[in-house]
Amino acid sequence: MSEITPDLVRHLANLARIDVNDQEVELFAEQISLIVDSMATVKAAVQGDVPATSHPIPMSNVFREDVVEPSLTQAEALSGSADSGDGRFRVHAILDGE
Amino acid sequence: MAKDELMNYEKALEQFEVVIGLEVHVELNTNTKMFCGCRNEFGDEPNTNVCPICIGLPGSLPAVNKRAIESSISIGLALGCQIAPTGRFSRKNYFYPDLAKNFQTSQYDEPIAFEGSLEVEVPSGNTFTVAIERAHMEEDAGKLTHVGGSTGRIQGAEYSLVDYNRAGVPLVEIVTKPVYGAGAEAPELAAAYVRSIREIVKALGVSDAKMERGNVRCDANVSLRPHGQEKLGTRTETKNVNSLRSIERAVRYEIQRQAALLAKGTAIIQETRHWHEDKGATSSGRPKSDADDYRYFPEPDLVPVQPSKEWIEELRAKLPEQPAARRKRVQAEWGFADLEFRDVVNADLLDQIEETVSAGAKPQDARKWWTGELARIANSQDQNVTELPISGAQVAELAALIEAGKINDRLAREVLTYVLAGEGSPAEVVTARGLEVVSDDGALIAAIDAALAGQPDVLDAIREGRMQAAGAVIGAVMKAMKGSADAGRVRELLIEKANS
Repeated sequence: MSEITPDLVRHLANLARIDVNDQEVELFAEQISLIVDSMATVKAAVQGDVPATSHPIPMSNVFREDVVEPSLTQAEALSGSADSGDGRFRVHAILDGE
Repeated sequence: MAKDELMNYEKALEQFEVVIGLEVHVELNTNTKMFCGCRNEFGDEPNTNVCPICIGLPGSLPAVNKRAIESSISIGLALGCQIAPTGRFSRKNYFYPDLAKNFQTSQYDEPIAFEGSLEVEVPSGNTFTVAIERAHMEEDAGKLTHVGGSTGRIQGAEYSLVDYNRAGVPLVEIVTKPVYGAGAEAPELAAAYVRSIREIVKALGVSDAKMERGNVRCDANVSLRPHGQEKLGTRTETKNVNSLRSIERAVRYEIQRQAALLAKGTAIIQETRHWHEDKGATSSGRPKSDADDYRYFPEPDLVPVQPSKEWIEELRAKLPEQPAARRKRVQAEWGFADLEFRDVVNADLLDQIEETVSAGAKPQDARKWWTGELARIANSQDQNVTELPISGAQVAELAALIEAGKINDRLAREVLTYVLAGEGSPAEVVTARGLEVVSDDGALIAAIDAALAGQPDVLDAIREGRMQAAGAVIGAVMKAMKGSADAGRVRELLIEKANS
């Protein structure tokens, strides 16, 4: 059994900027545990010298030449945004000084 | 901003060993971004170089810029790194509006280059070997402008504006291993290391390498430990150090700040700090904490990069001279004494002098103008001499005008101010402003006669070999001609007159 604690779920929710209530924390802890346990089963099945697969199709070196292609116009770029100003996307204040 | 207590620098070094680590981000000067065909251009109208890929619209698919890969491999090779036979991109997940995708495409456990080293010379002439841990590819983030908030008012509009033109611009991040043993020279070593990286990427032609534009950015890690202690101390990472001088000052500041805390028995907090050039101090940013839980995973939309041996060797063959070798070569070519040359290197003027010399100036003339008058002007304007709006070719032209006797040093200094003000090349300024020296002997003799009228004894004195007496007359002539006379010629004419 994996150890997906309520605190770990809250931590993940915080990283993902998702609001969760206590009931949901319990529910997600159960669900995530199930996923992690399933992974453990897979892991046990491929023990030994099996390299991790990041890409199922053996392809590499797919490149694009360094040639400029048309971009969106500023109006197009901003058209889907909730708020904009000064030709820029307008977002909530970010106060951590970065 | 609370004022930090600082320990005297020498005292700090007596008590502690300094360990530094440097992360340098180099923005590549490709035509297009890392994963899309949008222009990679500084200073364009906001959000005009953006597309569904770099603003992270659903369904868009990135494609790797081949030239960015070549540039990254070249940087790795120039740093003596091994090139990974397989490199993969990863997603670095974080929520911050500087990237609209909610992750940065980066490299995690398979960087394109690793295990290199760089010889770095500090101003004293000492050389250190800086071990490079890795160089990996990633994309730059957009630019945020914060509006409001700084006034301290809680109410009112506080928001940020985002320009994604820079989002997706290719970056190479070069990370050193911990650097030990630099002692008191750790701040100079940090700056000299970044200078070397800049020289390398400029010579490779892979970056514009302008620090003032953020093409080269440095984060400096500093930690202290008591002499003899094996375990590394807690480090801080200072961001926002955007000039060589800032790097040196920021590292020195952190050494003094941390030493004062440790001496009092206060633990160092592992955190990000921000450098404030105006205050000459760092301030606490956010603590390294949960926010650094980036949950990296392989980028499924991009296939691995597997550079062939032939490709790597082709790029290796095109590598330019190493900075250290280049310095040795040009110093010998120019015949500069060690101290003269050190001044040139420390002022970051190698390129300028090389350009000036190749435009025909004598090396010593090139050195004199760049490290003398131009450095003085830049300093008085609180600027770097390398940022002055004057080219090596123009300085060479100035030197040629002096050589030809068209202007003297004093006039040349005047000409420089007009060149810097954008009035044209030195020759154009001289013509437009009528600044040529008076080489018409008739005009000079008339001025000499006028000056002698006030001090008739001078000719006798010169005849008796007391040349210092000539000074007053030469001075008076120069004054009468408003400085536009050739002092050497005035002197010759005066001696002729005394002996005739």
